[in-house]
Amino acid sequence: MTVALSGKEIANKLEKQFPNSVVESSQESIIVKSESLLAVASFLKDTPGLDFNYLTHISAVDHYDYFEVVYQLTSLQHNHSLVLKTRCYGRDNAVVPSVVSLWRGADFQEREIYDLMGIGFDGHPNLKRIFLWEGFQGHPLRKDYQ
Amino acid sequence: MEVGITKQYVYSSTELDRVEGEAIESLKAQSQQPIPDPDAWLKEEMHRKILVTSVDTIDNMLNRLLTSVDAILNWARRSSLWPVNFGLACCAFEMIATAASRFDISRFGMEIFRPSPRQADLMIVAGTLTWKMAPQLRRIYEQMAEPKWVLAMGACAISGGTFAQSYSVVPGVNHIVPVDVYVPGCPPRPEALLYGIRMLHHKISKGSIISESR
Repeated sequence: MTVALSGKEIANKLEKQFPNSVVESSQESIIVKSESLLAVASFLKDTPGLDFNYLTHISAVDHYDYFEVVYQLTSLQHNHSLVLKTRCYGRDNAVVPSVVSLWRGADFQEREIYDLMGIGFDGHPNLKRIFLWEGFQGHPLRKDYQ
Repeated sequence: MEVGITKQYVYSSTELDRVEGEAIESLKAQSQQPIPDPDAWLKEEMHRKILVTSVDTIDNMLNRLLTSVDAILNWARRSSLWPVNFGLACCAFEMIATAASRFDISRFGMEIFRPSPRQADLMIVAGTLTWKMAPQLRRIYEQMAEPKWVLAMGACAISGGTFAQSYSVVPGVNHIVPVDVYVPGCPPRPEALLYGIRMLHHKISKGSIISESR
């Protein structure tokens, strides 16, 4: 079975590599600043011993004050997994960096989050609606929709 | 002979998206009210047939002749319906089961589900219709040759079902096309669909070439 790695242990490694990048860490997950997301993600993907080469899925949560984007990472090589989170503030202009350059599988999932949650992904090659049609008003999975 | 340069219609994907969005929005704006069910003629038609049996005027003799023609036509039409394959959601599996050997839709003269609407005269709308799919449903309905009938299968096709208040689901396919028979259920069992088809047979047998302009 896939072993879920401790978020705390990984967070300690990250703190050494990227000071002040981790906001919060627990046994289950790590929350990083959105500015350092791309650097952290590429570190997790390319560091020997971690090798998170597979992005299982991305989801997003609306907490009213901020949005949280959740990345479920897996290493097929070592059979372990990690939950990485980041937060973005501001409802009108919520943006996090895109991870399509690291995991191509993020493409459609980031478009889905943009479509239904209204979070922009900086650096996405083709950021447009995927389920709903062009011209649809609003983002229906936001808590304050209608 | 010189081959002329054929005009190529190459759209950018953003333009395609914009055109699609406009089509959906305009259809949505047009379809806020449900289309009345095409059965207003039923009572009037039955009334006319009762009259024919009582008094024999020339008018009524003509009527009687027409009803005989109707009887043959309707028998032919209802005995050999050709359904178009229009599965949208989980109801589609019940429709497939209905067509397969256990429930066997061919007992009612409907052996094959046609993949082309031009070869079909019954559309079984099996499943949830979203606004994004609605223009395609309308197009397939319009591509079918007259006479044609529509059967709404399942709660979603009838009224939107659990998704009736949703941002993306059409609250009943009767907003897009006129519906002849509604089969409730979530999803309806094959028996229910077969019963709905039997009801459609009854309805077709009441039709007339005079009042066909629906």
